[in-house]
Amino acid sequence: MSNFRTPLSQVKGHGSAKEGTGHFWMQRLTAIAMVPLVLWLCFSVASLPGMSQADIRAWLSAPFSAVLMIVLFLTGLYHAKLGLQVIIEDYVGNHGIRTIGIIAVTLLFALLAVLGVFSVMRIAFSA
Amino acid sequence: MTRNDKRPQSPHLQIYKLPLTAYVSIANRISGVINSVAVVILVWVIASAAGNPTDSSLALWLLNSWLGLLALFVFTFTLYFHMCNGIRHLFWDSGIGFELETATKTAKVSIAAAGVLTLITWIIASAS
Repeated sequence: MSNFRTPLSQVKGHGSAKEGTGHFWMQRLTAIAMVPLVLWLCFSVASLPGMSQADIRAWLSAPFSAVLMIVLFLTGLYHAKLGLQVIIEDYVGNHGIRTIGIIAVTLLFALLAVLGVFSVMRIAFSA
Repeated sequence: MTRNDKRPQSPHLQIYKLPLTAYVSIANRISGVINSVAVVILVWVIASAAGNPTDSSLALWLLNSWLGLLALFVFTFTLYFHMCNGIRHLFWDSGIGFELETATKTAKVSIAAAGVLTLITWIIASAS
């Protein structure tokens, strides 16, 4: 993976807007990763109706689907966090509320990522 | 001083007829929000399946209801649309496709592709 940040900016951790092109670049990187993952997810989602709890567990017990689901959670939730952050930055004018909103989204999506990964692992390892 | 009514007015959002590309741009953002909600629901469904091996969970009941089916169908469309339009954005990021005609054409392509992909996905999934 190319790194578009200069060594000095990495050390200081500040770009033009405290993070430089970091947000832009990660949004694009996760977007590319999401293309095959969305194709897989949509086919999986369309197979969900009519599934029993045991069917869902059997599906996520297979290494292939377990790993893809974990990667999808990490990539998708990160991509969603970046996107929702931009929406908050665009539409919330009040600086305090905007900061609280971004913090809330960041923490919530981090929590969801841990919950999602843990749940898939629990199903995969208990089968 | 008399008022000159002949002066051209700048287009205001409420009277300005938005081009297709503008609607697709807004739809991209809205579909992104819907997809965020979809992933949150997906985490909930899987967390519920991990914690409760029986068939009595609320998540599973909802998943197998008509509302769940409708939601899944809508989610596949919004996911595909955001994916197709995202690819369009990636081309723009590399400097390709900015001409007005091209942008309008690719806007139509992303809507059509999302619709076709949604239908193909559900036909294949219900056949297997």
